Amino acid sequence: MTAIQRTLPDEAVPVVLAATGTHGLVVHAVNAAGAARGILAGARVVDVQAIHPDLHVEQADVSGDQAMLKRVALWARRWCPWTVVDGYGGVADGILLDVRGAAHLFGGEARLLRDMHARLVMQGLSARLALAPTRGAAQMLARFGVQGAMCDDADVVELLAPLPVAALRLPRETVRLLERLGLRTLGALEAVPRVGLMRRFAGTAEAVNPLVLLDRALGRSADPLDAPAEAVRCLARVRMAEPVIDPLPWLEGLADDLAAQLAQAEQGARQLRVTIYRVDGEWRSRDVSTAQASRDAAHFVRLVAGKLDGIDPGFGFDLMTLEALRVEPLSLRQDRLDGGRDAGADVAALLDRLTAKLGPSKVTWDAWVQSHKPERVARAVPALAGGEEAAVEVARERPLRLFDPAEEVVVLYAVPEGPPARFSWRRVAFLMVRFEGPERIAPEWWRDRAGTRLRDYYKVEVTDGRRLWLFREGIVGDARGGAPRWFVQGVFG
Amino acid sequence: MMSDSSYGQLVRLGRTSGMGGVADMPTPDVPQPVLKDALSARPFDAAVTAFVLACLPRSKLPVLWVQDRASRLENGRVYGPALRGVKLLRVDVSHARDVLWAMEEGAACAGLSAVVGEVHGAPPVLDFTATKRLALRAETSGVPVWLIRSGAVEGLSAARERWRISSLPSDAHPHNTAAPGAPVWEAELFRARGRAPGTWTVSRVGSHDGRAAEGSENNLRFLSRSGDGSLEADDSHTAHAAG
Repeated sequence: MTAIQRTLPDEAVPVVLAATGTHGLVVHAVNAAGAARGILAGARVVDVQAIHPDLHVEQADVSGDQAMLKRVALWARRWCPWTVVDGYGGVADGILLDVRGAAHLFGGEARLLRDMHARLVMQGLSARLALAPTRGAAQMLARFGVQGAMCDDADVVELLAPLPVAALRLPRETVRLLERLGLRTLGALEAVPRVGLMRRFAGTAEAVNPLVLLDRALGRSADPLDAPAEAVRCLARVRMAEPVIDPLPWLEGLADDLAAQLAQAEQGARQLRVTIYRVDGEWRSRDVSTAQASRDAAHFVRLVAGKLDGIDPGFGFDLMTLEALRVEPLSLRQDRLDGGRDAGADVAALLDRLTAKLGPSKVTWDAWVQSHKPERVARAVPALAGGEEAAVEVARERPLRLFDPAEEVVVLYAVPEGPPARFSWRRVAFLMVRFEGPERIAPEWWRDRAGTRLRDYYKVEVTDGRRLWLFREGIVGDARGGAPRWFVQGVFG
Repeated sequence: MMSDSSYGQLVRLGRTSGMGGVADMPTPDVPQPVLKDALSARPFDAAVTAFVLACLPRSKLPVLWVQDRASRLENGRVYGPALRGVKLLRVDVSHARDVLWAMEEGAACAGLSAVVGEVHGAPPVLDFTATKRLALRAETSGVPVWLIRSGAVEGLSAARERWRISSLPSDAHPHNTAAPGAPVWEAELFRARGRAPGTWTVSRVGSHDGRAAEGSENNLRFLSRSGDGSLEADDSHTAHAAG
């Protein structure tokens, strides 16, 4: 249907779109010439190529088709406000429009369909159109009826009667069951006594129950359209009479405009993009994120102003936009009754400013990891991404400050048991006075690489009272390297 | 004493307990919204960190902790599992200029319980003007601000209190004579506005001697250094000088 636009062969040559199947490439879609030769979707491409040596194969872009269909569904709101992508089994292959009350704007239903057809052809798309009182009838007529089929409440039953039961979009086994019962068309299904069929399909889910689907298609039960809301798009722009170099004086007006638009839509911005359009045709943009949805114009100015230094105006620019890329619902917030402000909002604004200037990796909360290794316990998460977490409980005393990576000490005088009596670290000699330990921390075999040595931790007090956290990596004779080495990992307060 | 700005003022130093000059001092724990300096007397001494943490107000709000690269390498990072109930919002920057900027931003934010900045050495940007700006910000917003400085630092500062902290040999361990016990620090208040400077031996209340720290407003106990004379003598001396 919507293949990648590129040079295709003559219309007489069969073209197939190939998708990856379980056993190699299979045919995903066929053009008219291919269908005329009897190529079916689902056949293996190698087989089809053997039969038709002149076959032209293109790679299918299924996800691209889906995305395009969604965009077309939103574009189709030019005819009516309620449009939705239609599909079966998670794969969209159509668009439903609820044109009730909108057809007269285009001069009646027939002219509406003609207008749709003409405009879709202008977009380079081929479409099968149908108009029916219910969405079930419309989707069946569009796929199995004649092109441009139209019906109303009076003749919907006659129009649907010759369609095969597969038009109801039933699972293959249900279709086979109905055909074995001799019910090949919807007319036949409608004609048999209902009670017996009801009993047979009593346990079937609603979405695949042929009677329920038929009732919906014939308008006996309600089947409303659930159209997604249109995305809120807030964009403020300012045009200059002549090219300017400095964007800063225009920023305040843009921020005010954007904040007013957001307030109108009761939304707050989570991500902003400021773009300048230069006179040489280039454009430059900068993005900033916020920790909390906001529509505070002064806050926008503070955030964006710091980003404008790195933006290159070239020979000047004559258009500047400020856009809310991501918005969240934000109702009006009231200050507290005692006149105080919301502390959380203050911190969120601070996070935004710090992150915008210093970068997301520099402003962090601690996240905690279940690990034995002291340096692995704490992990920094960007403040805009995560929240605060409660600290892990460690049974043993832990140093107030940690060196990561640990720093090696030079042992001057070793004793058989316990930490070295004299050692040198950072080119200063220390004399151990008291110590506590050892606390043994074994390597984490599920995480460390093989050959990692265990650690014996000691809390060591030196002569002037400073308390260090030393560890010995490995023990003598553990067959994991040479003599054990000593490291300083932390300092106690 | 003559060079001190508090010369000529009658300074009240709180109640004396009558136990041979050992007094509970008014501590810096009552969070005053001012800028305070905490200097480390010796390299990589975590006593100054522990002292500042003990002086922070008890609050559910986060503490903004800003560190420059030099202090991160020299003194290490503050280790989360050792903090009890303090939520840290860390800002790791490379230059002291960014530390000052982040501290100023934080000092203007009423949603923080405190702002702590760490700078190693004496970078030129950290001059009297910069500290004056910080002090004014802190007094305007009501957020206490601490500046921890390590390395050989002497110089002007507009901080309302300047402390120099160092570790002392720790107390005896209650169960193990060979092991270090509860930490003891020496705290020297060498410049202060509105109170007398002095030197104290500081220990934690209820860290090893079994006294609970919950009810008390602060959990630090300040003892005047033995051999320096009792506090009453200091007090009367000041009063005499004033008269």
